[in-house]
Amino acid sequence: MRAAVALALAAIVLVLIPLALTSYQLGLLTKMLIFALFAMSLNLILGYAGLPSLGHAAYFGMGAYTVGLLALRVTGNFWTNFGAGIVAAAVVAALFGLLALRTHGSYLLMITLALAQVLWGIAFGWRSFTGGDDGLPGIPRPSAGLPLSLADGVRFYYFVLVVTAVATAALWVVVQSPFGRALVGIRESERRMEVLGYDTWRYKYVAFVIAGVLAGVAGNLFVYFNGFVSPAYLSIVFSATALIMVILGGAGTVLGPALGSAVIIFLENVISAYTERWLLVLGSIYVAVTLFAPDGLLGLARRLVARATTQRSQVEERPA
Amino acid sequence: MTFWTFQILNGVSFGMLLFLLAAGLSLIYGLMRILNLAHGSYYILGAYVALSVVRVTGSLALAAVAGIAAVMALGVVMERVFLRRVPRDELPQALLTFGFLLIVGDVALWVWGGTPQTLPRPEAFSKSVRLGELVFPSYRLFVIAVGAVVGVALWLLQEHTRLGAMLRAAIDDPEIARTTGINVSRLATGVFAFGAGLAALGGIIGGPLLGVYPGADFEILLLAFVVVIIGGLGSLKGAFFGGLLVGLLDNFGKALFPEFALFTIFAPMALILAVRPTGLFGAR
Repeated sequence: MRAAVALALAAIVLVLIPLALTSYQLGLLTKMLIFALFAMSLNLILGYAGLPSLGHAAYFGMGAYTVGLLALRVTGNFWTNFGAGIVAAAVVAALFGLLALRTHGSYLLMITLALAQVLWGIAFGWRSFTGGDDGLPGIPRPSAGLPLSLADGVRFYYFVLVVTAVATAALWVVVQSPFGRALVGIRESERRMEVLGYDTWRYKYVAFVIAGVLAGVAGNLFVYFNGFVSPAYLSIVFSATALIMVILGGAGTVLGPALGSAVIIFLENVISAYTERWLLVLGSIYVAVTLFAPDGLLGLARRLVARATTQRSQVEERPA
Repeated sequence: MTFWTFQILNGVSFGMLLFLLAAGLSLIYGLMRILNLAHGSYYILGAYVALSVVRVTGSLALAAVAGIAAVMALGVVMERVFLRRVPRDELPQALLTFGFLLIVGDVALWVWGGTPQTLPRPEAFSKSVRLGELVFPSYRLFVIAVGAVVGVALWLLQEHTRLGAMLRAAIDDPEIARTTGINVSRLATGVFAFGAGLAALGGIIGGPLLGVYPGADFEILLLAFVVVIIGGLGSLKGAFFGGLLVGLLDNFGKALFPEFALFTIFAPMALILAVRPTGLFGAR
């Protein structure tokens, strides 16, 4: 009940907030929403099924490049491009999943990274098609095929908000379903689930593809947001950013990664204004989170509160 | 004919560099089950420190020692102060070491700037040698020799010395090794530092060939990963033959299909993964 009220309040705030923000701040919030979706998609396999990946940017970037290339070279139609971006991400996830899910643990991390790097290599090397290192600039916000042009920042924000909300709801349904419960079972003990008669590979594979599709949606949104796509979208830095957002917000909770996204994007923005050493700070955040907040910010807060209350109760007990 | 010999020699020398990195990655993983993403940092940091020392002192030997020592010190700190405090689980370790990869990369950019730089070659290997009709830079032969010497030394160390026996025991079963009086904790720190030192050596002898620049840490890390994916994590033999294979594939890929160079490495990797998910020489 309390959760429902909090969610309703958050929804109201997100719907009304464009009235109170400058266009720059609204852009920042839009970016937070897009990365929230990206991180939530990774969380489905990492937080629920226990499958770490260092290559989640592959599907994000694949969606982004597909939309970007089609919009610049073929058609401006929103529906075909957005659909094609999702299909491309799904195909890549279906292919990579076949190879990656044969392995566990450290191998899974290395292989997801190496597979994503294949796409990065193509985007980087195939200059005549992808623009190479310079990327593809000048991708317009969607308008053709839609009743309203989304070129305007506020409209685009609402568009991203709706897409993210729908995707979040879909994720919530997946996680609450018997399928989602089975994923948690696999995370806790894959052997036991096998003994119970679950075809665990198929569960992991379907989750992997769903996560890839949603990452692709986030990539589609981001290419429209930035109007630009470059090999960085496929890079390990993007993949690892999604990872740290998930861990920071709390793996295995539907909305935790959204919190992680908000914190990281906010910090990036504030810190980049003062210094060029954002990557140094980001690296330190990785180190600090693994050392001090391995269960995320909420876990850290819970532990600090618990410690404070036990100390207080000890102090209260002592005089007696 | 000369084209092929030339490319093969180039590929083998690059393969030996990759072997130096993959051997360290593999040893560390074998003993501690840590996937060290900061391994690429050791490579560039070793090269950068050597570069600064050679500019000040003019001595390449001193520069190599300083570069390796600095990186080994970083390795000891990472292992003792940081990695021991996180759970023995691949995700926290990956996040922590990735943090170090970002930190070292950004500090290196800060200190040494963004322009690519090359280390000087030793005087003795600055010329080319003539092999029949083939003219080949002698420095690449030197790199091949270093890799081969390190490979043989590592093999002798692991198979024929007391230290090697302790290492193998600790890799097989750390608990039992501990009960027989082997100090596994100190061994772990030693292996971590040694692996870091090998990567630094790779950066220093690779510096004159490939140069050192921002992003080189990511590039070499990725290739080292491909080597251990193909060869098998934790296997010295896998690091050696994987290194050779990837070195050759990379070289021929770049020479024959420049736009799709990475493909010639990754396609065989995907193939091997499909057949043997733990690599050619991997245990599990």
